[in-house]
Amino acid sequence: MSIVIENVGKTFIDPKKNEVTALENINFSINEEEFVVLVGPSGCGKSTLLNIVGGLLSPTSGSVYFEGITEKNPNLGIVFQEIALFPWRTVFQNVIYGLEEKGLPKKKQIEIGNYYIDMVGLSDFKDAYPKQLSGGMKQRAGIARALAVEPDLLLMDEPFSALDAQTRTLMQEELLTIWNRTKLNTLYVTHNIQEAVYLADRVIVLSRHPGKIKRIISIDLPKTGRNDEEYREKSSRYADEIWQLIRHDAEEALKE
Amino acid sequence: MDKQKKVITNRVAFLDKKVPFYASFVGILGLLILWEIISRIGIVSPLFLPAPSEIIVTGWQMLVSGEIYGNLTASLYRIVIGYAIGSVLGIIFGLILGFFKLADAVGTPIVYSIYPIPKIALLPLFILWLGIGELSKVTIIALGVFFPVVINTFSGVKSVDPMLVKAAVTFGSNRVNVIRKVILPGSLPMIFAGLKLAAGTSLLLLVSAEMIAAQEGIGSMVLHYGNLMITSKLMVGVLILSLLGLTFNRGLKWLENRLIPWKE
Repeated sequence: MSIVIENVGKTFIDPKKNEVTALENINFSINEEEFVVLVGPSGCGKSTLLNIVGGLLSPTSGSVYFEGITEKNPNLGIVFQEIALFPWRTVFQNVIYGLEEKGLPKKKQIEIGNYYIDMVGLSDFKDAYPKQLSGGMKQRAGIARALAVEPDLLLMDEPFSALDAQTRTLMQEELLTIWNRTKLNTLYVTHNIQEAVYLADRVIVLSRHPGKIKRIISIDLPKTGRNDEEYREKSSRYADEIWQLIRHDAEEALKE
Repeated sequence: MDKQKKVITNRVAFLDKKVPFYASFVGILGLLILWEIISRIGIVSPLFLPAPSEIIVTGWQMLVSGEIYGNLTASLYRIVIGYAIGSVLGIIFGLILGFFKLADAVGTPIVYSIYPIPKIALLPLFILWLGIGELSKVTIIALGVFFPVVINTFSGVKSVDPMLVKAAVTFGSNRVNVIRKVILPGSLPMIFAGLKLAAGTSLLLLVSAEMIAAQEGIGSMVLHYGNLMITSKLMVGVLILSLLGLTFNRGLKWLENRLIPWKE
């Protein structure tokens, strides 16, 4: 099964009634068990693209479809930048939300819910409300909620951007560990280049005005241990390559 | 050089200064004692202001004679039914107006044009339509409760984070479940603000309606003893109303804490 993004374009009408092209001619696919990272400067439309793939926004042109999927409708799990946990639900109730909506029997919900809460290390906080959690713990609950529906495509929209640098590093490591257990098809959006190189099988670099694919870079590194001494040089070469692609756009973005 | 020591002290300590818990009781108690003294000395005639002790004694007699019971149950019946109808309808309409764009466009101007009418002005009309019995009084209370609740529920719905709606839809919610599981709990804090506001309104309308057209009820009782210039019995009525309002507020507060344990 793969997810195909075909000729996707998106235009907005801005408050001054001008037509703004946010995305133009986006073509790529996410293959089985592949971790694809979208990276680009602010305003390149990467979150817009993720929302289109997630079915939260309609494209002006083109389409997104699942290939090689039978019987059922594709299942999506999204981890939001804003985390978007329901404040009136405990961690456990948040995690099983998707299962509840699918109409799974209670026993199954509890079983799956506990499994993923344990996976993100929140077992001790199962019955806590989101307000009682730290930023990192909230996002772990958000990840567990997305994993619990066992999605055909996992979408992550800058999930760690609200976290402090230390928590962020730890969460990236944890995410990789979890990903290696679940091997979900993943589309991950970030503006952080190191994060992109650390996590991705392939990095899609976007330009801005309009958002277009500038280059697709396959990261030829083992999936784990990319921070190890022996891969550090190669990692930083990838990061540098991406930075050179983005730099000019990022500078332009700064002037706005 | 001489080394001088300058200790830095917390200059905003006054912000988290603790006040002893009994302070709030001291205020009320002090006022009551002052009032009692003024009445006892005879500066003010008991016809205008009876002493607190006298009010309590009179209250006890009225309680024993069953006079309070009859009037209070009549009042409670009206306010409970009116408040229940008004708040339930207010919440339902508020959710609908807030969630459906068409209902908003059609209904909101209607709500806002009726809202500023002082509801008691409609009582004669309701008496004309529904008769002088319980129905007109219950209706006017329900109407008075409906508006603050509907308007607060409406803005509560509007204040729900759209991200949460997106999240719910992503994880498979249909429209009904979005309302039930996201919009309703998300607007509960605002709904409660409306319910508290409406509690005051309902009490006001209850007393006014009873003063205008009722044989029984705390409102008519207060008016009756006012006309007879039996001030201590009048004050008992006022005291009951104060207790009623207090209980009402406490009850809502309790319910709010039970229903919204997740609030910041």
